[in-house]
Amino acid sequence: MNALYALPEWAAILVAICLLVGALITLAGTIGLTRFPTFYQRIHAPTLGTSFGAAFILLASMIYFSVSEARPVLHELLILIFVTITTPITLMLLARAALYRDRAEGRDVAANAVEAERGETTGQ
Amino acid sequence: MTSTILSLAISTSQLVLGIAMCLSCWRLIKGPRAQDRVLALDSLYLNAMLMLVTFGISTSQTIYFEAALVIGLLSFVATAALAKFLMRGEVIE
Repeated sequence: MNALYALPEWAAILVAICLLVGALITLAGTIGLTRFPTFYQRIHAPTLGTSFGAAFILLASMIYFSVSEARPVLHELLILIFVTITTPITLMLLARAALYRDRAEGRDVAANAVEAERGETTGQ
Repeated sequence: MTSTILSLAISTSQLVLGIAMCLSCWRLIKGPRAQDRVLALDSLYLNAMLMLVTFGISTSQTIYFEAALVIGLLSFVATAALAKFLMRGEVIE
């Protein structure tokens, strides 16, 4: 197990801030996953982690390896691009499957949402 | 001094990501319906991938990057296949 490279001070602080911000954003997304009441609200929460959480942690990794090896190391961009492309696809497939299952059981979620919104706009 | 800041930040972010993994495991176990469990599994994959990136920083090895890439690929395939299964009842028709 190799030790940490001794980075210059600005780079170490930048890497530390990016790591902490990314981890806290991911934690916020996961808290949303556990706390929201319905599935269609829950499906939005983890995308916080797949967009900005992953971006900050991978940025920290890019800065760390670029500064420590004194050359641009940008291969973490691969993960970022892949995650950014695939997350909407998988979550859209999952939401369509959930909608299909709700309708097959006779619970029309979309119609109920439209009715609730109409009730709110007309004032109870 | 700088390596102290860095190692402290790395262990804190690993702790935070570990808490996030525990929360998604809780949703995976409790989740009232199958789609909640699939969503929690996707979130667990993401948290494990980010945890591996932080391990890569703390050991200064780039091999963890490849493991994280493979986990990202597996996350896409697993969630797409499970969503297809929930929709149609079978994966390959």
